[in-house]
Amino acid sequence: MAHVETAPQLYGIMAEFETPEQLIEAAERTRAAGYKKFDCYTPFPIHGLVEAMGVEEAKVPWTVFICGLFGAIAFFSLQVYTSVIDYPLNVGGRDFLSWPYFIPITFEGMVLCAAFGAFIGMLAYNGLPAPYHPVFNVPQFARASTDRFFLCIEAKDPNFDRNRVYEFLQSLNPLSISEVEA
Amino acid sequence: MQEAIKPKVQEFPLFEGQQTYERITDQIARIPENPHPPAWTVMFGIGAVGTLMLITSLVWLLIVGLGIWGINQPVAWGFAIINFVWWIGIGHAGTLISAILLLLRQAWRMSINRFAEAMTIFAVMCAGLFPLFHTGRPWVAYWLFPLPNWLAMWPQFRSPLEWDVFAVSTYFTVSVLFWYMGLIPDLATMRDRAKSTLAKVIHGILSWGWRGSAVHWLRYEQAYLLLAGLSTPLVLSVHSIVSLDFAISIVPGWHVTIFPPYFVAGAIFSGFAMVLTLVIPFRILYPGLREYITMNHIDWMAKVMLATGWIVFYGYLSEMFFGWYSANQFEQFLVVNRFFGPYWLAYWALIFCNGVVPQLLWIPKIRHNLLLLFIISIIVNIGMWFERFVIVVISLHRDFLTSAWGQYAPTIWDWSLYLGTIGFFIMMMFLFARFVPMLAIAELKDIWHRLYHGHGGHNGHAGKHAPAPAPTGKGGES
Repeated sequence: MAHVETAPQLYGIMAEFETPEQLIEAAERTRAAGYKKFDCYTPFPIHGLVEAMGVEEAKVPWTVFICGLFGAIAFFSLQVYTSVIDYPLNVGGRDFLSWPYFIPITFEGMVLCAAFGAFIGMLAYNGLPAPYHPVFNVPQFARASTDRFFLCIEAKDPNFDRNRVYEFLQSLNPLSISEVEA
Repeated sequence: MQEAIKPKVQEFPLFEGQQTYERITDQIARIPENPHPPAWTVMFGIGAVGTLMLITSLVWLLIVGLGIWGINQPVAWGFAIINFVWWIGIGHAGTLISAILLLLRQAWRMSINRFAEAMTIFAVMCAGLFPLFHTGRPWVAYWLFPLPNWLAMWPQFRSPLEWDVFAVSTYFTVSVLFWYMGLIPDLATMRDRAKSTLAKVIHGILSWGWRGSAVHWLRYEQAYLLLAGLSTPLVLSVHSIVSLDFAISIVPGWHVTIFPPYFVAGAIFSGFAMVLTLVIPFRILYPGLREYITMNHIDWMAKVMLATGWIVFYGYLSEMFFGWYSANQFEQFLVVNRFFGPYWLAYWALIFCNGVVPQLLWIPKIRHNLLLLFIISIIVNIGMWFERFVIVVISLHRDFLTSAWGQYAPTIWDWSLYLGTIGFFIMMMFLFARFVPMLAIAELKDIWHRLYHGHGGHNGHAGKHAPAPAPTGKGGES
């Protein structure tokens, strides 16, 4: 808790909390204090936290929907092209466009593409893989994946002022406050 | 999200002993971190020997050809398809636990989903081998995919066998994605705990630099829930399509409409049996797991087995009914041939293993006796294998014309390949236990927080700490 000294580059200031409830409250108050660029770090998903932070998005669901739609159309078209246009084959007198027979593979293609959409979409929107991130410079952060809950106000926030942020975080009653070097 | 199950939670605790976030992490993460117990080496060795047998069987198969197997006309499917359906059915319980129970908001799945998903992946690996090598020329298996090739031919998309290719490969891919996505936060935990640089680097790469940001968790949960939503119809479709391999034909005993639901129920039945077969010894090998896979979990799994066992048994009864009601002499003959034909032993073994033995699970004392439960689960596994034997062999060996009747007997190579896949499965399960957190750490902490530790806000319910510990080991009460 030494007073702020001149660091070469500052990513933000981070506070450590003991329980998820404290973190939710802290996030609510951070948002109410007018900070926009801040993030919370938790060992498991905490329900109510993103709401407290004021984050709302549905990019992943939309990506999954579009990928699923693409998969269904692509796999159905593939079967129609191969079985009707490119190499029509008479199987037991069925129509060449015997579409009910194409549904199982259409469905599987939909699921396959949608699943890749969910997996890759989640990673891509999260900016992962991220080989380096400043938050890992904080020694206490090693427990962020075990049993500690962190809130970091980032230096790029328009309201960011080192001393004011410091005082504000202290008012949240955290276990510790650390500067995050970029 | 867990509102519905909250009142029950005090009565049926999901955790034993006093838990903290740190304890949950430590109990699970230290298993791969610490040296393995001696029993691990023994089991891994058994698995490795089985894997060598598998490799030998496959190499010999490639050198000589399919003639080393017992298949011939009229029973051309034999062990390959029996084992394929058996393994893929086992895999289905993993998806059921991870996806369907998630959608049904069953909090108890959190303790077993990672484990069961791993089981799914390895079981599907074993399953995939059989049809691949049953094609006779596995080196041109890519013909099954719609790739432009020098034959200028496309796959036959109207065939359920072709649907199988897409269903099983999609199922495997999606299962791996689902499993791996669940692992990412836990691998990050392993990375943060790692002492050696090598372990840090490996876990760092595998966890993609996961840092647990709240916004990341939001997207992660959205993706996870959607994957569960996609896997649920997927798993139903996979075994339905497997059953259509049979049901679309006109072979007596196969051409029945009950096949898809009956196969799916059978898959879940055998899969839960396999989960129990694995969980019970793993709890002994790693006592730390007992705090998370409690007697309540085991009890519930046994109940699911009992319920799905009845659905399967209903399937057997309706097959008899179909045989009679069809007024078709071939269908009627099939039923009689099952009862009293040359393979009567397989049929009655099936009825005994899947119909009679699981009824013991009505008795709570038996559901809490790990040894008996272990034995019952093995019997169910055997019974489900006989079910596929009955379906494949009895229907094929005597169909329409008596001149085309024949007999089927597996050869030593059939057995060595089958036992080899079991060895491979054991080896993979023990490797999994050695290197990967066996239970989903983040999900367990989440559920523990929500059920027992939450206070204030949207989590306003009693119980700051885990309830009084239930008796451990054998005879935990419910």
